[in-house]
Amino acid sequence: MVGAYSASQFTDWLLPSRNLFLAIHVLGVACFFYIVARRLVPLTRGERDPRFNQPWTRLGRLVKFWLGQWKHPRYKFAGTLHILIFTGFILLAARAFSLLIVGVSEDFVMPGLSGAAGRIYNFVTDYAATVVFVCMVVAAVRRLVFKPERYAVPAKYGKNHTADAVFLLGLIATLMVADSLFAASQAAGEAQQGKPSEALAILSLPWIFQAVIGSMPIATLWALNVSAYLVHAVTFYFLLCYRPFGIQFHVETSLFSIYFAKLERGTLKPVRWGVTDEHLDQVKSFGVKKFEDFTWKHMLDFYSCADCGRCADNCPANAAGRPLAPRFLTTKARDYAFEHYPVFGKANHSKPLIGNVYSEDEIWSCTTCGACEEECPLLVEYIDKIVDLRRGMIDDGNVPQSLQKPLKALESRGNPYGKMEKKRGDWAKSVGLQLKILNGQNHADMLYFVDSVTSYDDRMQSIGRATARILDHVGNNVGILGSAEKDSGHEVRRFGEELLFQSLRDHNTEAIQASGVERIVTADPHAYNALKHDYKNLPPVEHVSQVIARELKAGKLQFQPVDNREKVYAYHDPCYLGRHNQVYDDPRAVLDAIPGLKRVEMKRSRDRSFCCGGGGLMLFYEPKEEQRMGVLRVRMAAEAGANVIVTACPFCMVNIEDAIKVAGFEGKMTAIDLTELVDQQLVRDVSGEKKAELETATCGG
Amino acid sequence: MEILVCVRRVPDMSENEIELNAAGDDVERDELVYSVNEADNYAVEEALQIRDRVGGSVTVVTIGGEDDEEVLRRELAMGVNHAVLISDEAFNGSDGRGIATILKDFVRKGRYDLILTGVQADDGAAQVGGMLAALLDYPFASLVNSITTDSGGKLKVSREIEGGNREINEIDLPCVLSIQTGINEPRYVGMRGIRQVASIPIPALGASELGVQTASVGEGAAKVRRVDYFIPPLTKGAEMLHGSREENAEKVLELVAARGGLK
Repeated sequence: MVGAYSASQFTDWLLPSRNLFLAIHVLGVACFFYIVARRLVPLTRGERDPRFNQPWTRLGRLVKFWLGQWKHPRYKFAGTLHILIFTGFILLAARAFSLLIVGVSEDFVMPGLSGAAGRIYNFVTDYAATVVFVCMVVAAVRRLVFKPERYAVPAKYGKNHTADAVFLLGLIATLMVADSLFAASQAAGEAQQGKPSEALAILSLPWIFQAVIGSMPIATLWALNVSAYLVHAVTFYFLLCYRPFGIQFHVETSLFSIYFAKLERGTLKPVRWGVTDEHLDQVKSFGVKKFEDFTWKHMLDFYSCADCGRCADNCPANAAGRPLAPRFLTTKARDYAFEHYPVFGKANHSKPLIGNVYSEDEIWSCTTCGACEEECPLLVEYIDKIVDLRRGMIDDGNVPQSLQKPLKALESRGNPYGKMEKKRGDWAKSVGLQLKILNGQNHADMLYFVDSVTSYDDRMQSIGRATARILDHVGNNVGILGSAEKDSGHEVRRFGEELLFQSLRDHNTEAIQASGVERIVTADPHAYNALKHDYKNLPPVEHVSQVIARELKAGKLQFQPVDNREKVYAYHDPCYLGRHNQVYDDPRAVLDAIPGLKRVEMKRSRDRSFCCGGGGLMLFYEPKEEQRMGVLRVRMAAEAGANVIVTACPFCMVNIEDAIKVAGFEGKMTAIDLTELVDQQLVRDVSGEKKAELETATCGG
Repeated sequence: MEILVCVRRVPDMSENEIELNAAGDDVERDELVYSVNEADNYAVEEALQIRDRVGGSVTVVTIGGEDDEEVLRRELAMGVNHAVLISDEAFNGSDGRGIATILKDFVRKGRYDLILTGVQADDGAAQVGGMLAALLDYPFASLVNSITTDSGGKLKVSREIEGGNREINEIDLPCVLSIQTGINEPRYVGMRGIRQVASIPIPALGASELGVQTASVGEGAAKVRRVDYFIPPLTKGAEMLHGSREENAEKVLELVAARGGLK
């Protein structure tokens, strides 16, 4: 309607008001740019962050995650609502701008929207405005009446944002009403004057308004028309300038946040972009200690967060009652930025973040499981920020006593338990086969990287033995580093002790390269992630579940049917195998190949898997929490009807076995590692009759 | 306030599986890793906190050889102002009184308001602090688990007594205090901190620099000598509980209460 076509028919009144409208436009646009410029000030003081590479990949992701609203349907109702509003906004953009411009140039027609195209566009946008309006009402009712739990703000995290949210919804609704009323009064006026006028879309908001006001006197219609225009223009600019003060800023910033979002999973940002490991000694301060230590992109994340609460809703730390909810990491930082970089007045000097904005426990509570990042529709990054904050605390010596001992032991002995190096390979003596120790005299094609927990923990050594037997069974020439292996340092790095990690990494890299192996396999997803993403110049690395799945496909493995048909299995996705490395199907394919195995899925599985409690150093940390994550997890398994939890990670095993006891499921539920199960079901000597029997069983199963 | 902390490098007991050597007169030291004695580390942290509150400087000192520099570096990385290594072959084999004598001569060379030691070395007998105070004729408080610096020339120190109660004492400066673990939460020293202090020179002082009478220290002067190490035979000390989890929990509560562990 409006600007899009013959606006001059009903816009005689615009001429005298043109100066007023021009003033509104200039003032509105100037205010907006001033505010945005002020909001960008902290970004110019942030750390560098190179995000200008791979433009095509980034554009592709922009299409998927921004235009395509990819993550939104993960929450069906809210997601649908958002997609409708977003689509409405995109459709209405041209209409809104046309309407604004018509105020100063009545004959304006948006290029490409003249004639038939314009009529179709107007028809569609009549509905778009209506849909957006209805969505506003629904969203407001949802906020005020149904009050979804994830929007609540516990007192310790700040103030409730409901009033602000409803106010914004009201503004948008006002905009839709004003727009529709403008179109309706114009159409009604033109109809009364007998001028040719376009039909408004049936049952749309403008159509309804026209039906109501159609018979009013022409003078009233004109007054309505002018008022609607004025309200629209003022609301539009008010909203534009108000958005940078709260959650609605994401309307502008999301485009940039998503374009510049992190591309690689499983990786961590370096201590300082552009500083090589050799030059780290010259960096005066490590990590994030004050606000300006965040990178500009991380600051942009703070602006972009729409406070939808999905991260916190999926955060296992939050669920277990630890003092952490990713959402508030962001909103507290945003509040800080708004306070210390005000729109009017000078920027204040920064206080340390820890103790003022964040608590120590808050930052140590994260298991880096990645559930928050997986969920965020705006691709806000959390793990890098948490790790940067930890780097800052480590640099200040501010480390919980419970973590200091294992860190010291990692430094002096290469494992967090302080066990002797020479005993690292002792578990291999009871494997039942000659496992090579790659100490320079032996050669092997494949390295089994064991890592600390499997090497030293009595229970987890069983995973090591099973893995070694499986790798040997499928005909690999496999060896271990024995005492030459040190901890992969995966959690050392994620707990912020970068230099200790680097010394572990350098030691292992040298040992692996010296061994001359062609590939590496590990049964520990944390080691897998470290070797794959944190290390450089290594042979290809795989998790054992990938090897098993491949050999299974190649027909090299056969399984006996399960004995106990009462058992119901559920596979628990380890964070660093699933979310961080996208290995979801291989372990499931292996389980499904075991004849007679009954498998169910937990409600939270695959990329929504729920962290068991964390690995590595997290086992030593003493969190403040109401209950264990693992207990929540085993209850989920029980809910799914499972009585055996299959994991593919030694740390999951530690946490889940503990949780089974704590939850009182002892005797009713067990946990088994994928490798243990495979080792147990493996048909080792297939010949003659037995083979035929097994094949029948396989087919039958 | 000028604070001196006496520290010692000890085998890290929590990280080592201790085995006796063939002669049975020492532990097998080949594969041990060492660190600063735990209680000494708390003493250093306390000294740093006092310095940060009231000003002054913190010096750490240890008696030993080149290997012992490692612990001094760690304390430098924690933030102490000075570190001194006392090293002389004549000091080898000193007993507690010998060590206290050497430290006394070192203290006399400087001017310290407060001298802290750990309550006890992991492989020691908790005697040096008291002897040092006596040799210096300074007041001494042991097992200190909090220090308040309010009035001039005096400190308020507390120690834990039976049943978790605290006893507060006022003590005149200069004095010697032996520090109990748990008095604070020592800061973490990372790889980076240690690298940053790697090139700071640490002065080494011998008997002649300190003016120590070598006849009064070392193996020859020692009046306490270690004669044996042995691992006690296993005895039937443990009582096994064989009930359900709930029954066992109740039984444990009962046993702890019966032995005065609960009020």
